[in-house]
Amino acid sequence: MIHSLFLINSAGDIFLEKHWKSVISRSVCDYFFEAQEKAGEPDNVPPVIRTPHHYLINIYREKIFFVSVIQTEVPPLFVIEFLHRVAEMFQDYFGESSEAAIKDNVVIVYELLEEMLDNGFPLATESNILKELIKPPTILRSVVNTITGSSNVGETLPTGQLSTIPWRRAGVKYTNNEAYFDVVEEIDAILDKSGTTVFAEIQGVIDACVKLSGMPDLTLSFMNPRLLDDVSFHPCVRFKRWESERVLSFVPPDGNFQLMSYHVSAQNLVAIPVYVKQNISFFETGSSGRLDITVGPKQTMGKTVECVLVTIHMPKVILSANLTPTQGTYTYDPVTKILMWDIGKLNHQKLPNLKGSLSLQSGAAKPEENPSLNIEFKIQQLAISGLKVNRLDMYGEKYKPFKGVKYVTKAGKFQVRT
Amino acid sequence: MSASSAFNDEKGGSSSVGEPEYGHDPASGGIFSSDYKRHDDLKEMLDSNKDSLKLEAMKRIVAMIARGKNASDLFPAVVKNVACKNIEVKKLVYVYLVRYAEEQQDLALLSISTFQRGLKDPNQLIRASALRVLSSIRVTIIVPIMMLAIKEAASDMSPYVRKTAAHAIPKLYSLDPEQKDQLIEVIEKLLADKTTLVAGSVVMAFEEVCPERIDLIHKNYRKLCNLLIDVEEWGQVVIINMLTRYARTQFLNPNINESLLEESGEKAFYGSDDEEGKEEKADAAALAKRKPYVMDPDHRLLLRNTKPLLQSRNAAVVMAVAQLYFHLAPKAEVGVIAKALVRLMRSHSEVQYVVLQNVATMTIKRRGMFEPYLKSFYIRSTDPTQIKVLKLEVLTNLANETNISTILREFQTYIKSMDKDFVAATIQAIGRCATNIGEVRDTCLNGLVQLLSNRDELVVAESVVVIKKLLQMQPEQHSDIIKHMAKLTDNIQVPMARASILWLIGEYCEHVPKIAPDVLRKMAKTFTNEEDIVKLQIINLAAKLYLTNSKQTKLLTQYVLNLAKYDQNYDIRDRARFIRQLIVPTDKSGALSKYAKKLFLALKPAPVLESPFKDRDHFQLGSLSHLLNTKAGGYQELPDWPESAPDPSVRNVEVPEWTKCTSREKRKDKKVEKPFYSDSEGESGPTESADSESDSGSASESGSESGSGSEESGSESGSEESEEDSESEEEERDEEEEKKKRKKRPERSGSESESEEEEESESESSESESESEEESESETDSKKTKKSKKEKKEISLLDLDDFETTPIEVTPVNNFLSNSLVTDLEGLSLTDTVMNPTTIAPSGAVKTYELLHRITGEGLAVEYCFSRQPFGPDPHMVAVQIQFTNNTSSETKNLHMEEPKLLSGMRIKEFPEIEVLPPGESATVVMGIDFCDSTQAANFQLCTHTKKFFVSIQPPVGELMMPVFLTENEFKKEQGKLMGMNEITEKLTLGEKCQSDHAIVQRVTSAANVSRVPCGSDKECRFAGKTVTSGSLVLVTVVTKEERAAQLTVNCEKMVIGTMLVKDILQALTQ
Repeated sequence: MIHSLFLINSAGDIFLEKHWKSVISRSVCDYFFEAQEKAGEPDNVPPVIRTPHHYLINIYREKIFFVSVIQTEVPPLFVIEFLHRVAEMFQDYFGESSEAAIKDNVVIVYELLEEMLDNGFPLATESNILKELIKPPTILRSVVNTITGSSNVGETLPTGQLSTIPWRRAGVKYTNNEAYFDVVEEIDAILDKSGTTVFAEIQGVIDACVKLSGMPDLTLSFMNPRLLDDVSFHPCVRFKRWESERVLSFVPPDGNFQLMSYHVSAQNLVAIPVYVKQNISFFETGSSGRLDITVGPKQTMGKTVECVLVTIHMPKVILSANLTPTQGTYTYDPVTKILMWDIGKLNHQKLPNLKGSLSLQSGAAKPEENPSLNIEFKIQQLAISGLKVNRLDMYGEKYKPFKGVKYVTKAGKFQVRT
Repeated sequence: MSASSAFNDEKGGSSSVGEPEYGHDPASGGIFSSDYKRHDDLKEMLDSNKDSLKLEAMKRIVAMIARGKNASDLFPAVVKNVACKNIEVKKLVYVYLVRYAEEQQDLALLSISTFQRGLKDPNQLIRASALRVLSSIRVTIIVPIMMLAIKEAASDMSPYVRKTAAHAIPKLYSLDPEQKDQLIEVIEKLLADKTTLVAGSVVMAFEEVCPERIDLIHKNYRKLCNLLIDVEEWGQVVIINMLTRYARTQFLNPNINESLLEESGEKAFYGSDDEEGKEEKADAAALAKRKPYVMDPDHRLLLRNTKPLLQSRNAAVVMAVAQLYFHLAPKAEVGVIAKALVRLMRSHSEVQYVVLQNVATMTIKRRGMFEPYLKSFYIRSTDPTQIKVLKLEVLTNLANETNISTILREFQTYIKSMDKDFVAATIQAIGRCATNIGEVRDTCLNGLVQLLSNRDELVVAESVVVIKKLLQMQPEQHSDIIKHMAKLTDNIQVPMARASILWLIGEYCEHVPKIAPDVLRKMAKTFTNEEDIVKLQIINLAAKLYLTNSKQTKLLTQYVLNLAKYDQNYDIRDRARFIRQLIVPTDKSGALSKYAKKLFLALKPAPVLESPFKDRDHFQLGSLSHLLNTKAGGYQELPDWPESAPDPSVRNVEVPEWTKCTSREKRKDKKVEKPFYSDSEGESGPTESADSESDSGSASESGSESGSGSEESGSESGSEESEEDSESEEEERDEEEEKKKRKKRPERSGSESESEEEEESESESSESESESEEESESETDSKKTKKSKKEKKEISLLDLDDFETTPIEVTPVNNFLSNSLVTDLEGLSLTDTVMNPTTIAPSGAVKTYELLHRITGEGLAVEYCFSRQPFGPDPHMVAVQIQFTNNTSSETKNLHMEEPKLLSGMRIKEFPEIEVLPPGESATVVMGIDFCDSTQAANFQLCTHTKKFFVSIQPPVGELMMPVFLTENEFKKEQGKLMGMNEITEKLTLGEKCQSDHAIVQRVTSAANVSRVPCGSDKECRFAGKTVTSGSLVLVTVVTKEERAAQLTVNCEKMVIGTMLVKDILQALTQ
């Protein structure tokens, strides 16, 4: 299946290579560089590249290209999903999956890759299992290791490997037993010029941080599970219980994990919590333009909208912007042509406004299209779909855990067309 | 850093190897500090007694390997440490060994004994890792040792070791393919393993070593299906893909019937003629072999056990299940995958890319599935271009009459995008919508013409190219657009666009006789500076003009040809020479020049704009080969469905009593335990027929194509009813009027297709079809009155208003005649007892039923009705009148029927063959069916000279009888004989419109073919009839009481008929 893996940074250096079968010369990456050059933007590099003898399947994460080499038929998503899993594992181990982190921990990275794939076929991808085999680096451990000479490689088979619940290791112990759940909802929307919704939907995830001793069996129920239109679960969730009773019943992995993701059907009208009034126009003569944007809160259920950030990809001919915000700060990068307006909290009384003039390249024709606005925001203590966790019960263990649920609503791909 | 890595690209340059580095500090150093001393240093460390030093050294070496530097000269020093006690050192030594053993085979052998010892270790992790490394060092000498180790490990106690053994199989196979037979034995053994841990790995080994040995799967099939949900994610993907292939060889196509219809429907869009011919033959063969389809319980098991995996967090698993459903599930159930696939669109852009490719292929085959998710494919300005283009492809595939206006509005915003590649793709997409959906062609064309004044040249050029293709479809109406484009030659510089314009002007020069020579004049001036592609078109234009308008353009043509003669490009020189010979008459010019005009000005077929994803589904979806649209190495073809299912008993497992029957029972039991399955699957048993689409809830959920199809027909029949009612009201009208009507009818049916299209476009404006249908249903009453008024006013039947609301209305042509005939006959026999012949006679309310929709019949529409005439040749048969309408543009020949499939006792008298049915015409024939007094359907094939259609006629119970005429006394006497069990009484409330005597009589006689029996009481209506085959009497009594209450009594010897009749009449009266 997966033959080799090359990690390539944005400068085009191959800074790590790993082969699971015979060695493949790194010159195979030249085909990748060719495709990369043709694509321009890293986003536009085709995920699957065909070369005379191999196929290159790549992903782009944290400014690193993970390029895998394939020789025979394999589902492309299989490889893509696996590569993302690798990137996530790095993040889990080192806090970030950046080039620096990988270079600093190259031996652990190598050991990890060795365990994750055998002959190109995934062997262990559960973080709990891997962490028993290869302990994540901590300052304390490295100090202890140098003194005692003990290693950070496990000597016995991880307990999870053999059990029916491979995601959880046995013998977990905590002094404070706690289980926290974050319900994070994102609104994906496209609004048109007049502010009417072209398309809107809510995507949500429930992130969990569970630190409980022993083998707890949890049951999470919702006040209104009917809201959920489409769900996908962490393997620990018992799908049959969900189908019959609409409760999440699971033996949780230890630590942080994503319990489920869901989609709220479009039939339940999505309340758009902000509105935008914009007027961007370019004059026929004088190579200049005007920009006037106002953002205001709408249907926020009494909560404040925070961290509002407006991003505009300006047409290429815009040289500079001379604007005055009534709130927050703005920056315009003349190289990437990105205008960013960081507003912060939305205030009901005084609506933030950004107004001023844009100057165009002299002599250039006025751009035909208006740039679209991408908006980010965050609302604490609110799940915009109205989803509510009813209760969390624990079976199988005697102690009483601390429990908590937090709700956040964010803007996902929130775009206003102009 | 970059310099050093570039320098060390080549392996084997050991002299230039960079120095080893500390794992923590990889950024330091470079090639300049390389020296042997550092390596000696490492060797020393490896030779020392301290584990910490060894570890340090190994870490540095691994860091070197990671960066692709050569560390092979350290092999002897490293291999010594393979037996090191420190497990981390050991592991790193393993890493090193696996990397370099292939290059230093002899030295690698030193380590083998250590691994052999490791294989016997009590710790399963050590056993497993010893096997892993042993099988990973690619040294051919140790093949026998590996084989032995694998065999031993395959029966290890620990499932983890067995899993490792499964992993080792493909490694050994790639090292020495000779071992295949022995390896297959091991695979067979491991396939029988019952642990989930092993299942995924062994199937992977199976796929790599012996994917053709499908027979190994039989015995494990059910186990794999049942274990699937607990297997780890990666194993699931491999197993699902393998099972898809397996199912294709073992089960029957659940869509046999639909797929035929569907293909024939699709052909209207794509199929070229000869292709069609071929497929038709195949269809006919398939049709002939058709049996009622029953799904194998094992097939169902697979579908049921994979479905929950659609909820997996792993995109690869979701995709695998989706492709399984796409390739294996009955059409009505495929819809469930749409939602899951749309969910994946939220994922990383690489995942989106792959999923969209697959969705694009699916949307061509099964558009209905994704229609509800149209908006999820809307494009954001922040999407990468490759995603945008794919989404556009999906949107184009999803476009149909209903949603095209929304889609075009979306496209309009896309055209303004800054991403020019994307804009060009959008324009192409508009072109494709315009060709596929006739209604919007003009709108699209106008839109594109407006784009011609766009400031961006690329946009204009792309529009020109697309407009050219569109104009080719109907050039006559658009000469002004051609003129407009002629003007553009002054401004547009993009060669492809210029060439397109020139071609257009040349092709349609007779539409623009004045402009064309002028364009040629301008082009001649700039000829030398044009691109080759444009030059060729200039020559083309010149030639065409010379042939049509030689007076004006002779000199110009000469000039252009002379210029071309000395062109640098040989293609152009060739072309000039060729054309000169062809068009300019000389003494030597051959016979061809006579046909020059025909050669150049032949009618050219309009181009077909079709999706690049068409026909990609012959690759297994989700595969690499599908994505690349070429076969990748190791791709296993998805086999075609077998024509008859192989023996299903091969999947039975040894346990002797577990025969198929009991397994079914067992499964049923299981289902009771797990309410989850029975929930989702409804009452679908293990054996179910996919023919009946209603058995799965998903049909209604997703509004799949088939669902909407039935809805459509529902609405049609509904409105037909209303038609009939109105007709029966006008019954008193004299025959003259009817004759007039009859004359007009053929015209009307000729324009039928038009009217339908209009109807469709109308529903487009409303939000959804189903809604509009509901409305129309609720409005039937008002419509009825409206229509009857209209018809009484004798408004022309071709009135457009009429078409807006009326769907196809085809009444049997000789219906009226026959009715009057019947009444005449009745009149004769009944003489004075008749109260009023018109009311007694079976009213004109004859329901027509659809036998073959004009879409599925590829233009041939067939309807039937029960004419209620006695069937001449055999009085025990029910007469069925069939009307054929040919909506195609060609003749349909040899219409006849074949191969009736009937229940025992049923008989059919075939209708005489119709030799020719000219386009636009209708023909009516009568056939007789003896239904044996049952409502079972009569199945047969309708054949034309090219096609066969499978149809069936199912009679309503009311048509299984014919009227008999009794006096009041006789009626009472007969009723007295049919008491007790044979009498069924039901209380009812009459419908609002059904309170008068007259209305009741009408409703009853329209529901059943019975005649009225005179009666003294005005609160009672009596009817009598007898069944056609056995002649059993059927007596119906309706007694009306106060406040619309009534009582219905049916007396009949045949209780089944009686019960069904009560139901039907009840329905007719309460409406």
